[in-house]
Amino acid sequence: MEAGENEVVELELRLLLEGIHERYHYDFRGYTSSSLRRRVTRALEQLGCATISRLQEQVLRDENVFAQLLQFLTVQVSDLFRDPSYWKALRDQVTPMLGTWPSLKLWVAGVATGEELYSLAILLQEEGLLERSLIYATDVNAEALRSAEKGIFALDRLRGFSENYFQAGGTRSLSDYYTAAYGGAVFSRRLIEHVVFSDHDLATDSSFSETQLVSCRNVLIYFTPPLQERALGLFSDSLVHGGYLCLGSRETIRFSSVAEDYEEVVPEDRIYRRVRR
Amino acid sequence: MSGVRPECVVVGGSAGALEVLNAVFPALPRGFPLPVLTVIHQPEHGSGVLARLFRGKCEVDVSEAEHGQPLTPGICFGPAGYHLAVEPTRTLSLSLGPPVWFSRPAIDVLFESAAWTFGSRSLAILLSGASEDGARGLATLRAAGGVTWVQEPSTALARTMPEAGLRLGGGQEILSPGQMAARLRGLGTEAT
Repeated sequence: MEAGENEVVELELRLLLEGIHERYHYDFRGYTSSSLRRRVTRALEQLGCATISRLQEQVLRDENVFAQLLQFLTVQVSDLFRDPSYWKALRDQVTPMLGTWPSLKLWVAGVATGEELYSLAILLQEEGLLERSLIYATDVNAEALRSAEKGIFALDRLRGFSENYFQAGGTRSLSDYYTAAYGGAVFSRRLIEHVVFSDHDLATDSSFSETQLVSCRNVLIYFTPPLQERALGLFSDSLVHGGYLCLGSRETIRFSSVAEDYEEVVPEDRIYRRVRR
Repeated sequence: MSGVRPECVVVGGSAGALEVLNAVFPALPRGFPLPVLTVIHQPEHGSGVLARLFRGKCEVDVSEAEHGQPLTPGICFGPAGYHLAVEPTRTLSLSLGPPVWFSRPAIDVLFESAAWTFGSRSLAILLSGASEDGARGLATLRAAGGVTWVQEPSTALARTMPEAGLRLGGGQEILSPGQMAARLRGLGTEAT
């Protein structure tokens, strides 16, 4: 019976997530269902498992298999200066205000393989703020973090990145920030001198203190409403009065209980400012 | 035919699909009771273009999907640069998974999610296109008991997509754009 098959798969998926939570303390139970199911389906093919139940057996008994599965579950694909209008707004309307603080702490939550992080570091560098900034770059996926730290992107992606950078109001040439090597573009180590990379789970961990800007773009779209609420609560705890919250172009705080603590700075680019505690 | 009335229509296409939508969407009558989730391949940037294009010529509501939005009757397009899916909670979700067949939004993502959420109570329509995106999702939806229509390849500006859909076995009926418009109108009146 086809309908029965679907219910069995949903059950297997729930059990897998429960198992992962108990065994490895990663909590994916608050992630949206369709993208998780799609990712697990791809993992089944790549790992050669006929069913999620069989995958579960391997995942619970072999942490190497779990490490492989984790790559399927969490890695998302972004670009440098994705949504150029957002980066332009950040440059024109937010960095002048950031410049009024003597030192800055910024938190890039869900840093994945680092596209947002390097974009932000380049922007801060060009606006003369990088030297006095400390950036927390966090992700639930330690392997993605290592990749972000390396800062190597495939050369064939650079043309698109450069176009974005230019549209975002970049004042130099993107190639000033990387050197081509090993078939990839290696971004300058100077950009991450003030970056602290840290394993962090928005579903279970607490927040970083006293930040002036939190960037969490295109992460909340993977979360169900209760987990979105938790993450937004962490950001509110973290931000100082007057600090900025930056979300993805299709994400909003409108339906959240923290909405009234913020004013919209650039509504179309989802940049908010914390104005009430 | 399963005889089960669909609760959700999903539509996918690429090159040559807008011409078909021009024939089909304006034919949907005011009060058409089903959500019509639509993914058309488009450049990663650009916002709301498709919704604007069709809003003026359709009797039903036309919108671009927002993350978390509840399913409502009318036409809803997946935005550029995001995958569109439908969740078991009857809400829409957007995601940034890898492109499928170089496309984001991808038809496979939408069709698979409809198969998982609605099973036999879904209707998928695969249109003209120069890519194989959608064929796999169509087969998944068909296997889940859903109803599937494929554009008659001889009426398609680009045959790759409908032919791939048929080759993977997902095509239940092969229809021209005019037949699709008439059948959809019929669905609307049956359901009310």
